Amino acid sequence: MTLNRRDFLKVSGAGAAVTLAGCATSGSTATSKTKAHVVVVGAGFGGATCAKYLRTWGPNIDVTLIEPNDKFVSCPISNWVLAGMKSMDDITHGYDNLSKRGIKMVKDYVTGIDPAKKVVTTKGGASISYDRLVLAPGVEVLTGSVKGYQEAEAAGKVVHAWKAGPQTAHLRKQLEAMPDGGVFVMSVPTAPYRCPPGPYERACLVASYFKKAKPKSKIILLDGNPDVASKKGLFMGAWNELYAGMIEYRPNNAPAAVDGTKMVVSTEFDDVKADVMNVVPKQRAGEVCGLAGARNDSTGTWCTVNLATFESTTVPNVHILGDSVLSNLPKSGHMATNHAKVCAAAIVELLAGRQPDPIPVVANTCYSAVSDTTAGYVANVFRFEAGKGYVTQPDGGATSKGDELNFAYAESWSQNIWAEMLG
Amino acid sequence: MHKKTTLAIAGFVGLALSGIAGAADIHTQVIASTCMSCHGPGGKSVGAAPSIAGLDKDYFVKAMQDYKSGKRVGTIMKKHAAGYTDAEFEAMGAYFAGLK
Repeated sequence: MTLNRRDFLKVSGAGAAVTLAGCATSGSTATSKTKAHVVVVGAGFGGATCAKYLRTWGPNIDVTLIEPNDKFVSCPISNWVLAGMKSMDDITHGYDNLSKRGIKMVKDYVTGIDPAKKVVTTKGGASISYDRLVLAPGVEVLTGSVKGYQEAEAAGKVVHAWKAGPQTAHLRKQLEAMPDGGVFVMSVPTAPYRCPPGPYERACLVASYFKKAKPKSKIILLDGNPDVASKKGLFMGAWNELYAGMIEYRPNNAPAAVDGTKMVVSTEFDDVKADVMNVVPKQRAGEVCGLAGARNDSTGTWCTVNLATFESTTVPNVHILGDSVLSNLPKSGHMATNHAKVCAAAIVELLAGRQPDPIPVVANTCYSAVSDTTAGYVANVFRFEAGKGYVTQPDGGATSKGDELNFAYAESWSQNIWAEMLG
Repeated sequence: MHKKTTLAIAGFVGLALSGIAGAADIHTQVIASTCMSCHGPGGKSVGAAPSIAGLDKDYFVKAMQDYKSGKRVGTIMKKHAAGYTDAEFEAMGAYFAGLK
């Protein structure tokens, strides 16, 4: 067989090498106590799914899930809320079922991580030790990167609504209050960012709302990228066919400044006057990744991990999931659930002193609505190969036109993935 | 599939079966679980997507092979089926056939 020691080391990294050799550190921690303890930080798509599957596949593992919010608010489908197609209640779900699975839910905010002592500290004053730590914080939105943003945001004049919650509800209210003939200015951050098709879907669905409720209105889409970054055919087709004249697309136009008093978004080229401003700044791996010292790519922005286990390449026993990870995998909620399943299975194996799957396979499924009745999708399968990472398999890809059947499947996707991660 | 990968899977499955509770190997457990994001927890859909729990194994394998070849017309499934091997179709088929 080819799964020799050398391959295993490639897959499992430094932490597991210790386990293999049987030395008295991370590997034996699990066996010297009655139960191993995994702490998961962040109960979104990645963290909730990982906690659930750690309990499912490793029933003898104690799992603690630390999350500051009372409820989960889904980013996917939040654009539907902006268009009045769904309510905030529709995208808000409780964590009750996770507790029933034996996951210890801790409502708190992580303020410190000591990877050497393997201890997490919280705002509430708790010190929680772990055998393995999973960080699934999503992204940190760098509002300080756009001049004037934080002042305008504090005044309620600009939101990103790139983390679903109060900003989503606020933006919906602003769109409802905007007069017919108003201008909605929104922006797309320079890649990589959370949910590549999200901004373009948002433009479509706000246009769908305007078309019915205030048809003289305009949308100016300022894109930091040179071209539509995802599902280009699907979105541009919709802009041309469904919303002709309503959406003005400006590539290579990253907002540099926001003025909440004058209601102006400034790029390198123009000052764009807005009635409603929705500027989405660039992002980096979530704050807790910084606390762990795991933002370890060349610019200190994202986290590099062993993609077969999602363990940090530089911080042993710390695994990172979802949008914070640097890889070729798309930053989507769906993808985060797949990271979580590969990671949970790997942790169960590593804690038991066994070898994780050296060739995991993950898939992405991402539906985007282009109107209140039609949607398209992109789907790809990625197979891990040692030395290469996840290799995109042929014959995946995106649809070029939205339809009603896929709109029904988009809604179904949301119902099923929420049930899968929280059920 | 390359010979080396096949051997790696075979070796891996052997290890998995010797080490973990439950019938399915870890690779199969994980890829089957990734289906559930769209087809519902345990393969039981709560939306418009079909449930796949309890499907006949041969039906499952043929459906996936036909999606992959283009013989069966669907929506998103062709894109997914394209990324998996026949051995994985068999393993997933057995897994979902065993779910009630």
